[in-house]
Amino acid sequence: MKSTFWTNTKRIFRAGFLDFWRNGFVTLSSILMMTITLFTLGLVVFTGIILNTTLENLRDKADISIYFTTTAPEDQILALAKSLQALPEVAQVTYVSSADELTAFRSRHQNDQLTLQALDELGSNPLGAVLNVKAKDISQYDSIANFLGGQQSVGNSASASSIIDKVNYFDSAHRAAIDQLQAITSSAEKLGLIIILILALTTIAISFNTVRLAIYTSRDEIAVMQLVGAGRNYIRTPFMVASIMYGLFAGLFTLVLYYPLTYWLGKTTENFFGGLNVFSYYIEHFAFFFLIIIGTGMLLGAISSFLAARRYLKL
Amino acid sequence: MIYYDKVTKLYGDAGPALEDINFSIEPGEFVSFVGHSGAGKTTLIKMLLAEERPTSGAVFFQSENIHELPSGMLNQIRRKIGTVFQDFRLLPHKTAYENIAFAMEAAGRSDEDIRSDVPHVLELVDLGDRMQHFPGQLSGGEQQRVAIARAIVNQPDVIVADEPTGNLDPVNTFEVVQILKKINDLGTTIILTTHNKGVIDSLKKRVITLDRGRVVRDDKEGKYIL
Repeated sequence: MKSTFWTNTKRIFRAGFLDFWRNGFVTLSSILMMTITLFTLGLVVFTGIILNTTLENLRDKADISIYFTTTAPEDQILALAKSLQALPEVAQVTYVSSADELTAFRSRHQNDQLTLQALDELGSNPLGAVLNVKAKDISQYDSIANFLGGQQSVGNSASASSIIDKVNYFDSAHRAAIDQLQAITSSAEKLGLIIILILALTTIAISFNTVRLAIYTSRDEIAVMQLVGAGRNYIRTPFMVASIMYGLFAGLFTLVLYYPLTYWLGKTTENFFGGLNVFSYYIEHFAFFFLIIIGTGMLLGAISSFLAARRYLKL
Repeated sequence: MIYYDKVTKLYGDAGPALEDINFSIEPGEFVSFVGHSGAGKTTLIKMLLAEERPTSGAVFFQSENIHELPSGMLNQIRRKIGTVFQDFRLLPHKTAYENIAFAMEAAGRSDEDIRSDVPHVLELVDLGDRMQHFPGQLSGGEQQRVAIARAIVNQPDVIVADEPTGNLDPVNTFEVVQILKKINDLGTTIILTTHNKGVIDSLKKRVITLDRGRVVRDDKEGKYIL
């Protein structure tokens, strides 16, 4: 029983390899078509990554700034920063002291002598410390703002309200900008997902059709194999082996093609999409791309050949 | 051994391809089917190989109703029936050796059997020196001999030859018929369909004549009469 299994397995693999090797034109055209398919699939993956990074960068631009009075004691500011950091919605709280704020202000206005002279004439630092708060998700700024509002009206109100000069989220313009950013990123994400799904489904359909055509050319052979008494699995499996090899070779070609392409586009994408160098990403995540591209190619080959051969195994 | 019981086959609104066919074939017989093109000879063969289902009636092989067998059992029945066709139907990407080996592999034969039997059977059809040739590298007569070798390699109970000489010249036709006669002499049942009057008249074996889907003659030592 065991030896029959191994004998059959050996025969099936040999038949699959021979079919792949001897059926040269069909093999070449199938590999080329699947390479186009997998290349498109790779583009879909890259598009998803670029879209995600771009949206993350956009979301990262949103924050809440809490401006403190110049007399606000640092320990109270840090206590407020600690309680903000404890909120589950908060990703990061950055403290900028009044001295740092002044340095940053001077640096920003280094070419504006009039402003710098006016600042010098004041004699003291007119800028208060600032807490920059970033939420984990862009939709969570409302609840952080509510927390700050509560801090100002109840509980620690006496101290908090006396030290906070201004919270920019309470400006209608800032709030509207964050809401708009949220709407844009959410729509872009949905649209991107739809486009990615359509592209992915199209590539799968093309791949299925390619393998189906390859097996269609062998439909008479399948009929003969059935007439000499071969079982369905014994007929079908060599076609699956050959189709898995189409997927494997197409995947390898695709991975090779992506090397010069991402290298060529690396600098451009880095400048255009806010720091994402597709070449570096490709090299760093090569194992991921290898698994996705080769795995998809082999899986598509196996499934589509299984289904296509079944169509002609009707005798 | 083979029994057609009131077999009728209809294709759409056209007249019946086969109508109320009744006959039986005993083990070891050599039976030829003759008739004009479209008389139903090939449909009759396809019924036996379960390539076609009858519209009504049944076809029995060794007491089994072929069209009611599950797929696995049908494969076993097909291994007992060797087939030879006018267009040879060899696997184009396999060599002569591999074409015959495939039929043995399908029957679950061992590698040792394949290594010993395939060269032997190719020698029998005088193709010992063409083993590693692909069908495209062989003449029509050689391809048909490979097909015969494939049909006999599993020592089937029956050989079905559907117009096996249709694409062959007289010399190759004679050779193929001689091989079929030899196989029959060794006890294998042969079912032959042909348009070749010379072949039928020289055989002096049972002839069933079909006309428009019906059996019109069944002669024990028949001649080609249409």
